[in-house]
Amino acid sequence: MLMNLRAAYGEALLALAGENKNVVALDADLCGSTQSVVVEKNYPERYFEMGIGEQNMISVAAGLALTGKIPFAHSFSVFATGRPFDQIRQSVCLPNLNVKIVGSSCGLSDFGDGATHQSFEDLATMRVLPHMTVLCPADGIEVKWAVRAAAAIDGPVYIRLNRNDLPVLFDEKTSFEIGKPLVVKEGNDVALVCTGTMTSIALDAAALLEQQGISARVVHLGTIKPLCGKSLREALGNVRGIVSCEEHTIYGGLGSAVAEALCEAPLPMKMVGIQDRYGQSAVCYEELLECYGLTKEAVAKAAEALLKK
Amino acid sequence: MNQETVSAMKEKARAVRLGIIDALGVDKRGHLGGSMSCADIVAALYFHKMRHDPKNRFMADRDRFIMSKGHSVLAQYAALAEAGYFPRETLLKTKTLGSILQGHPERETPGVEANTGSLGQGLSIGVGMALAGRLDKLNYRTWVVLGDGELAEGQVWEAVTAAAAFKLDNLTAIVDMNGIQAVGRTCDRYNLGNIRGKFDAFGWKTFEIDGHDMAQVLQALDDASEVRGAPSAIIAGTVKGKGVSFAENTPAYHNNLLTKEQQEAARREIMAM
Repeated sequence: MLMNLRAAYGEALLALAGENKNVVALDADLCGSTQSVVVEKNYPERYFEMGIGEQNMISVAAGLALTGKIPFAHSFSVFATGRPFDQIRQSVCLPNLNVKIVGSSCGLSDFGDGATHQSFEDLATMRVLPHMTVLCPADGIEVKWAVRAAAAIDGPVYIRLNRNDLPVLFDEKTSFEIGKPLVVKEGNDVALVCTGTMTSIALDAAALLEQQGISARVVHLGTIKPLCGKSLREALGNVRGIVSCEEHTIYGGLGSAVAEALCEAPLPMKMVGIQDRYGQSAVCYEELLECYGLTKEAVAKAAEALLKK
Repeated sequence: MNQETVSAMKEKARAVRLGIIDALGVDKRGHLGGSMSCADIVAALYFHKMRHDPKNRFMADRDRFIMSKGHSVLAQYAALAEAGYFPRETLLKTKTLGSILQGHPERETPGVEANTGSLGQGLSIGVGMALAGRLDKLNYRTWVVLGDGELAEGQVWEAVTAAAAFKLDNLTAIVDMNGIQAVGRTCDRYNLGNIRGKFDAFGWKTFEIDGHDMAQVLQALDDASEVRGAPSAIIAGTVKGKGVSFAENTPAYHNNLLTKEQQEAARREIMAM
């Protein structure tokens, strides 16, 4: 079953706004795509159209948070994090303000629009900021949880969202927790540590590996930060190596975070991610994922190579 | 404007200037020039115009003050100490390790409403506060002090257009137009042209004053508060380093130190103002 992550986000944001009158939404002329339009339609007084001005939007969100609001500021992830990086650092994270930054159309998921609209650096830039929590859900169910979890944190949160239909991996009973790695498949030889859309691809890779007699564990990190080394170590069980899988540059993202968390007692590791490149246009998402090496075959191949070492 | 009020506020401005000298200390580099240029404005806001209470500093309908030109925070620290937000002696600890008085404004300081210092962000924060005030039906006003050099930051003009689009008549920007930025005269280094004309063109109600004439300052704060249907801007012509003759209109004192002798001379001059 597939679920669209944008639709799931809109549903969750609308429900949250209905329950908490302090929730306000800001957008930089992309509300139809990011789905913040649900707030404009239902609670127009709590929606602020900021025009195409992301820097101002983030600092305005800081001002709203300073007066007790819980602002959710929206744009595509490349614009929500890149253009106003200084505003996020200075206006929001330094004073630890209750601002939620929602980066939609992350990674390659805006396949048609090409390099300017694709974001491979946002996990890296957001996770280096003290006070920031970074969430990267894998399916629509987790998106809905992430919206509530973000609202429950009194501080800045970045939520990275894919724009496409993705397989449903979880259900209402899944026990999500900030910072908690989720073992979505047991296995003993190698761990595929993954986030976002790569979690469903890693599950497919694990099935491929099973056919070759390799037992692959799949560990989903819906939280990129904070990442607790001890919890991660426990989630890894007794595997002999790790393949990190992310729709993001291999510099500074999930793979780097995992390597940092385990550096005192490291395991052999390979990184599947984007190799120091920018994006490009394509006619469909899958075509781009293949072009950038983000497929189940690529993940399985990396796992095999790691175990052969 | 009532003469007694003008005289009383001139005394408060003197106290602010003396506080700036205390905060600056001896042989410590600090932003003397821009703090002195906005001292009269800051004094008039804290001791005459703004609704605020150091004993109830989080009251919902307090007026908000944002020092967007964060390096001039010494003036705000001096005013906060004078108003009783923290003891006056704390000023002597400005910019020392672990002090509540950092080099640029941080919310840990009692009375400071927002972190600023990366120039160009304070007016946007003020827009957020003004939007929240309207949403909550609270009648507070948000006052944002900007530098003229700071106006080169593009984000300022994003905030200017946003405030006009939202018709934020509970927001006032005050431009401390001292004409000097870090490296030299603003008109030589990066000429922004007609500042008032720009605010006018963007739909703000503007007032132009001598930022050291206390009667004019007080009148402009009142006039700005009366504007309805649009945000207001006060363009205040000022002198960088005002009150300390050797620092006045001297770019070197944007961020410079005072020797013990200079500190004493500065105090004498401020007392004689």
